[in-house]
Amino acid sequence: MTKDELISKLKAIVKPYVQDEEALEKLSEDTDFISDLKINSANLVDVILDVEDEFDIRIENDDMEKMTNVKAAMAIVNEKLAEE
Amino acid sequence: MNKNRVVITGLGVVAPNGVGLDAFSEAIKTGTSGITFHQKLKDLNFSCCIGGIPQISEEKKLEYLSPLQLRGFNSAGILYGCMAGIDAWKDAGFEVDANSDLDTDTGLIFGAGTSGIEKFREAILKVDKGQVKRMGSTVVVQTMASGISAFLGGILGLGNQVTTNSSACTTGTEAILMGYERIKNGQAKRMLVGSCSDDGPYIWGGFDAMRVMTYKHNDSPEAGSRPMSATASGFVPGSGAGAFVLESLESALERNASIYAEVLGGNVNSGGQRNGGTMTAPNAEAVQRCITDALKNAKIAAQDIDAINGHLTATSKDSLEIANWTQALGRSGNDFPYINCLKSMVGHCLPAAGSIECVAAVLQLKEQFVFPNINCEDIHPEILELISEEKIVRELLKTKLEIVAKASFGFGDVNGCVIFKSYSE
Repeated sequence: MTKDELISKLKAIVKPYVQDEEALEKLSEDTDFISDLKINSANLVDVILDVEDEFDIRIENDDMEKMTNVKAAMAIVNEKLAEE
Repeated sequence: MNKNRVVITGLGVVAPNGVGLDAFSEAIKTGTSGITFHQKLKDLNFSCCIGGIPQISEEKKLEYLSPLQLRGFNSAGILYGCMAGIDAWKDAGFEVDANSDLDTDTGLIFGAGTSGIEKFREAILKVDKGQVKRMGSTVVVQTMASGISAFLGGILGLGNQVTTNSSACTTGTEAILMGYERIKNGQAKRMLVGSCSDDGPYIWGGFDAMRVMTYKHNDSPEAGSRPMSATASGFVPGSGAGAFVLESLESALERNASIYAEVLGGNVNSGGQRNGGTMTAPNAEAVQRCITDALKNAKIAAQDIDAINGHLTATSKDSLEIANWTQALGRSGNDFPYINCLKSMVGHCLPAAGSIECVAAVLQLKEQFVFPNINCEDIHPEILELISEEKIVRELLKTKLEIVAKASFGFGDVNGCVIFKSYSE
C-alpha cells in the first residue's frame, strides 16, 4: 500500500469523529488527531477500533497510547501489516 | 420567605401513540391506542407479546442527535428523553446551540429506570467473549443511570443542577416535584424535568416473568390495556419520554413566555413496605397520606379538584387505587372528580409513565378537555360501588377545568402526587 493510499484510508476512518472539517481537508502526515482535528479524546479509542477493523490487525495498549497523530498511526499500521 | 410560584412553559413528549406534542394531543383526544404486537417478544416465548413503542425514523433521530452521537448508539430511553427534552426546550422558546453560553439559571432532573439496556447487552456479550477492548468508548455514557441527563445537559449547555432520579413508576412525577422544589426555593430559575424508559425484551422480561402483564390480548393489542375494566388482566408495557420546562412565574413573565399551567405543589412519600405495603403492593394508608399531603402542600381543598389522572395500571390494584382516592379526598359517588388514565392508550411506560401522563394532564388544562379512557366499556363492579359511572370519562369531554391531580405509584412502595392548575394571574 502506498503512503497516499494509507493516508486516504485513515482520513476516511477519522472523518466521523472530526469536529474541525477544514483541518480534515488538509490532513497530512503531520496532522494531530486531538489538537488539529479536534477529535474528542474519548473517541480515540473508537478510531483505533475502526483502524483494527479496516486493516484486520490488533493494536495493543502501548501502541494505542502512541497513536495520537497520523504519522504514528501510519507507522503502527505498517508495522502490524509487515508482521503478518 | 416568599416562595416562587412555578409554571410550565414548555412540553415535549415521545409516546407510543404520538411522537411530538401535536400528534400526541390528537391521539389522546381521539382515544387512539399505540399498542401493537411484537413478533420479537413472541419469538422469545413471552406470555405478553404486545407493547407500546414510539415510532421514530432514522431521519427523525438526526433532527436531535448528530451522526457522531448516533455512532454506536443503542439506547432507546436516551433517544426518547433527548427528543422530548429538546422539544420541550424549544417549545418554551429557547434555542439549541452547541456554542451557547453556559446557562447557570437552568438545571435538569431527568429520571430513568435503567439506561441503554440494549447497549448493556452488547457490552455484556463482548465482555463475556473476552473482548472488553473492542467495546468502544460509548458504553459508559449510554449505560450509566444518569446517561439521559448527561446527554441532554450537554446538548443544552445547562449549568445548574443536572441529575437523574429513579423511583420506579413514580419517577416522572417525582422529577417534576423535585424541579418544582428547586425553583420554589430560589435555587434555579428554570428546570427541565421529565423521565424516559427503554423498551424491548430485556426491560420487559422481568415483568413477564412475574406474570403481571396481560397474555390475553396478543391477537387484539389495542384492546389489551384495560384500566378500570372488569376484564383487566394485567398491564401492557410501554415506553417513551415526557418533558417539561418548569420556570419561576417571574422569569416566565419577564420573557413573555406562553404558560401551559401552574404547578401548585404536591408530595412524594413511601409506604415503607409496612401495613399491607410490600415491594410490589402499596401501603394504602401511605397512598392516601401522599394525596392529602399533596393537597396541603398545594394549599387547596379536596373539593377543588376537577379531574384526576390516575396511575391505574390495569391490574387487580385499580379498585384499591380508586378506594384510596375516595378515602383521601372524602369524595365518592357523584361527588367524585372526573377520572381518566392514559395507560389505556399507551400501556404502562414504567419510569416514563409519570411524565408522559403529566403531559396529557397539562394539555387537558391548557385546552380545557378531559381525554377519554378506552377499553373500559365494562367498568369493574368494585369501582362502580365507589364512584359514579359518569365520572369515568369514555368520550372526549370538553369542560371547564381548574385543577387536575396526578398520582403515580411504584415498586418499592413509593408514591407521588402533583397538583396542576390552569394558569391565571
